[in-house]
Amino acid sequence: MTQATSLAESVVQKEIHAQAQNNGVAANITHTQPLWLLAEVTYRCPLHCAFCYNPTDYDKHTQNELTTEQWINVLRDARKMGAIQLGISGGEPLLRDDIEDIVIEAKKLGYYSNLITSGVGLTEKRIQAFKDGGLDHIQLSMHDITEEINNFITSTKTFELKKKVAAMIKNHGYPMVLNVVIHRYNIDHIQEILEMAEKLGADYVELANTQYYGWSLVNRNQLMPLKEQIDHAEKITNEFRQKVGNKMKIFFVVPDYFANRPKKCMNGWGEVFMIVTANGDVLPCHSARVLPNMEFPNVRDKGLEWAWKDSPAFNKYRGNNWMKEPCRTCPEQANDLGGCRCQAFLLSGDAESADPVCSLSPSHHLIEEAIENSKNPVLQAQPIIFRTDKNSKKYASGESRERVEEFHALP
Amino acid sequence: MENNIQHSDIYAIALHHRFQWEEAQQSYVILFPEGMVKLHGGAGEVLKRVDGKATVGEIVAELKAAFPDADDIENDIIGMFDLAYGKAWLRKI
Repeated sequence: MTQATSLAESVVQKEIHAQAQNNGVAANITHTQPLWLLAEVTYRCPLHCAFCYNPTDYDKHTQNELTTEQWINVLRDARKMGAIQLGISGGEPLLRDDIEDIVIEAKKLGYYSNLITSGVGLTEKRIQAFKDGGLDHIQLSMHDITEEINNFITSTKTFELKKKVAAMIKNHGYPMVLNVVIHRYNIDHIQEILEMAEKLGADYVELANTQYYGWSLVNRNQLMPLKEQIDHAEKITNEFRQKVGNKMKIFFVVPDYFANRPKKCMNGWGEVFMIVTANGDVLPCHSARVLPNMEFPNVRDKGLEWAWKDSPAFNKYRGNNWMKEPCRTCPEQANDLGGCRCQAFLLSGDAESADPVCSLSPSHHLIEEAIENSKNPVLQAQPIIFRTDKNSKKYASGESRERVEEFHALP
Repeated sequence: MENNIQHSDIYAIALHHRFQWEEAQQSYVILFPEGMVKLHGGAGEVLKRVDGKATVGEIVAELKAAFPDADDIENDIIGMFDLAYGKAWLRKI
């Protein structure tokens, strides 16, 4: 027990959270290993959330989903490489009828598995099968305490259903993990949202301020709250945290537009996160496909190990050799690794530049302008473009360029 | 801080947490919703003995016997319990 003397202080080599403060993870990892596998098993979804981070052209990936057998191979291969936390996500994963098979395999392989769901399609029969199959927890998205906002922002009538599903999750002995995306329409209800979570018996609550990718970037002027609202929400969250202590863990994911330094996106490119999308693309982050001159590996081609270790895409932004000034010589470089490559490209047109969120970025004015625009009543009044197959088809075909012209790639 | 932990206390891994050996990382880990903790060798030795039956005192004695060359490991073990309980990785029986 040679390391015993340093136990209490250095007992934890790495403490890694999926969300915490960085939209990704909060750890400092020096060697890469895909600890986290996110399986975005389908882009089909019965909800139409205005803030969805899925690509606006997702529709083109709804016809070529991986088969059950292909997913099981993904799970096996990733586990061999050290993956241990498994998120089964989408779209709405429950639209596939083989989630039960995936759960059983995940258990067999020793994953800690998490179903990330809107709750639509979760029945007594299915949740029992998940329990029997060894699913470890279910993360349910909630949207507001009011039926009106829930139904508006998701463009569905799902308010009552979500409450029923929350009870079902609890009744089956699952930890209750609620995810609430925060935006202009619900940010002033944080207190009530937290009270609702407590009443539902939530063990974990993630208050995820909207980050602007995919549909939420298109709807940025419609969704962005004021700085004052965010500060107030954070204050209420901190007070609530004091009150409930360890009983309910509350994560407040800070909105990067209002920070002066960027997030360490995904805890670094190709460091701990690996995403396999519905069609088998292997990505280091959800929105990486917006980046130019990149060819992402697909599990149908050379397999996961090659994708993670050797593919040019996964190696492109690992470490710091790719950086330009001001990141290259920045004393804070290790804190954020220059921020998000996708955000840098989408907003500035240069994927190697500092994330414009950083006040030291030459493109920081783009963030300031976006914040100003979100206060402009004329822009605010534009209708939300909801995440629907119809809208997605229009973006995918190029028929619509509505509200994406200012970005350097289709969000 | 450390006087929170008594030799007569019995702990178990907290609800919804899983403790397991990870071959790829050559270490023990604790898994829970949205997070994981990779444990140092010594910490793993402590937690693998936490089974909802053994008292802290029994675990201390067992570790002292298993690692006779380690100096003053009792404080470290108690410190580990204190940390793990404080972080809610353990629950008290």
